[in-house]
Amino acid sequence: MEIPLEHVIGLSVMLFAIGMVGALTRRNLIVILMSIELMLNAANLAFVGFARAWNSVDGHIFVLMVIMVAAAEVAVGLGIVIALFRNRESVNVEDVSLLRW
Amino acid sequence: MEALLPVLIKTLFIIIVAVAAFAPVITWVERKQSAVMQDRIGANRADIAGITVLGLLHPLADVIKLLTKEDVVPTGANRALHLMAPLIAAIPVIASFGVIPYGGTYHFGDTTVNLVVADLDWGILYIFAIASIATYGTVIAGWASNNNWSLLGSLRASAQMISYEVTMGLSLVGIFMCFQTLRLTDMGVAQDSTFRIFGFLEHLGLVDSIGFLGHLTLPTWGIILQPLAFVLFLTCVMAENKRPPFDLPEGESEIIAGYFLEYSGMRFGLFYMSEFIEVVVIGALVTAIFLGGWTIPWLSQADIIGGVTPIFGVGVATGLCMILHVLTFFLKVIIMIWLQMQIRWTLPRPRYDQVMDLCWKVMLPLSLLNILVTGAVILWIQGAKA
Amino acid sequence: MSAPAVFFYLFGAAAVISALAMVLNVRNTVASAMSLVVTMIALAVVYVVLDAHLVAALQIMVYAGAIVVVFLFVVMLLNLRRDAFSRPRERLTKLAGVVFALGGAFAFLQLVPKSLPTVQAIPADFGSYAAVGRALYHDFVLPFEVSSLLLLAAIVGAVVLAKRRIS
Repeated sequence: MEIPLEHVIGLSVMLFAIGMVGALTRRNLIVILMSIELMLNAANLAFVGFARAWNSVDGHIFVLMVIMVAAAEVAVGLGIVIALFRNRESVNVEDVSLLRW
Repeated sequence: MEALLPVLIKTLFIIIVAVAAFAPVITWVERKQSAVMQDRIGANRADIAGITVLGLLHPLADVIKLLTKEDVVPTGANRALHLMAPLIAAIPVIASFGVIPYGGTYHFGDTTVNLVVADLDWGILYIFAIASIATYGTVIAGWASNNNWSLLGSLRASAQMISYEVTMGLSLVGIFMCFQTLRLTDMGVAQDSTFRIFGFLEHLGLVDSIGFLGHLTLPTWGIILQPLAFVLFLTCVMAENKRPPFDLPEGESEIIAGYFLEYSGMRFGLFYMSEFIEVVVIGALVTAIFLGGWTIPWLSQADIIGGVTPIFGVGVATGLCMILHVLTFFLKVIIMIWLQMQIRWTLPRPRYDQVMDLCWKVMLPLSLLNILVTGAVILWIQGAKA
Repeated sequence: MSAPAVFFYLFGAAAVISALAMVLNVRNTVASAMSLVVTMIALAVVYVVLDAHLVAALQIMVYAGAIVVVFLFVVMLLNLRRDAFSRPRERLTKLAGVVFALGGAFAFLQLVPKSLPTVQAIPADFGSYAAVGRALYHDFVLPFEVSSLLLLAAIVGAVVLAKRRIS
């Protein structure tokens, strides 16, 4: 294929790295969840790249499963965020570090 | 690169016809049709040098007014998002025209003309994807206005649009099963034939031959094969477009103008126009999927070309067929636009919880039932044939 | 460079830039969410270039069109106007983090052995809805059914979590 597999994986790794930095350094709970979504997208890209390189539609099936899991995770995660906001009026993760009290 | 020129020509054609020609005329149609329905005259005062043309100059007056009005951005509003929102609302709607075929495939000697801008294998999925993006226009518009009423309108709008997208997709699954394709051009070709109404008696083996009753045929249009899907899809796609009776997000009497509120001038014009362009898109989509697209009922493309060729030759016959098909398509689109206008001016606006109940408690189960019944009937017919 | 390759590099760069915009944006949560949408749409274009048509359509329909809308919904409901959690040197920390992450990515890529298994030829309808559908319903029926149970559990869980307690 005209696009070398290394470049596809390189793009995936870059996106994953950016998502990881976001999940680790941001303190807004919603942005952390969005960074996790970005990491899942990076994994999807890797799956799609490999599926094309090795002529296997199984990679696409796995991408569908990842998208479904991401949807479920976002639904429950944002439910947690709403419940948390109702209690503490804040989505700052530093406000929910109870163990440090 | 030479493959780019036909695409550009087709894109220009469809954009000029749909966006520049249809959309302003629809504003006139809305005023006049509602006037006729409500037994009044409607807007007819706009004139050039004293000549009023039944109010056809009002769209021009509208455009001039919107272009020259001041673009007000409220204080505290996010200027970038405030500017982006009408663009996000307008662009997906115009992009939907990319996969809708307004004619079939015609062979002129060596060249083949396929009257669709992009003949995607997954054409309908592209339409669904574009519809999903269009929700952002309304969501961002409400937020970026720094206004309670706008926020309320856009929250209502986003919930309504996402809910109706689900049923929109499910209602078309029956069509996918009948036509065995997601490609809009193949759907048009599949609707070019006819079927005998009483043919099922033969298939089931109840009679040997239905004799003269075999002359009673109907075109294999989507609306005849899947009437419930037609009703569901039309309702869902009108709810997507936030046309009345589903115009709670812009509820004129309740939350002032909802998410439109803080928009004036051409930004409002973009929202306004995108709603009317989407009326055309809905008409074109429903035509392509349910009303046989560009095909003339009972007169397939082979019939027309075969009938005209002895008189004028193959080239002229194909060209004539092409023109006939394009005119048929736009005639059907006009009928669908008329139908949407009728619905708009007839039905009152339901409450918001009634709208959401309708989607989740009535239309979702009905579309699932439609899929079940369609699958059962298809298996039955296939089993009976084998 | 052929047209697909141009699209790949262009939209790959767009995806990286908007991902950076999402992570480094400390002021506006809504702008972060919109950057995420741009990233996902750019990735969908990359998927189309890589012959994954159904996945691209589903990426836009489900991911960009529904999941991020739910994010925006929550942001708007909770009225999170300013991400007021930034201290003065926050930006620098994040930028340093990103630079190190990208640097690590490049280092990793240098170590990836060039001897990945050879690229195979793909059939014409690779990644189309027909091919993926066939695989999904013939080979992967059980994961498909189980994932529907997963989604049911997620729906019930989300409703229970976000419900107001009647005290």
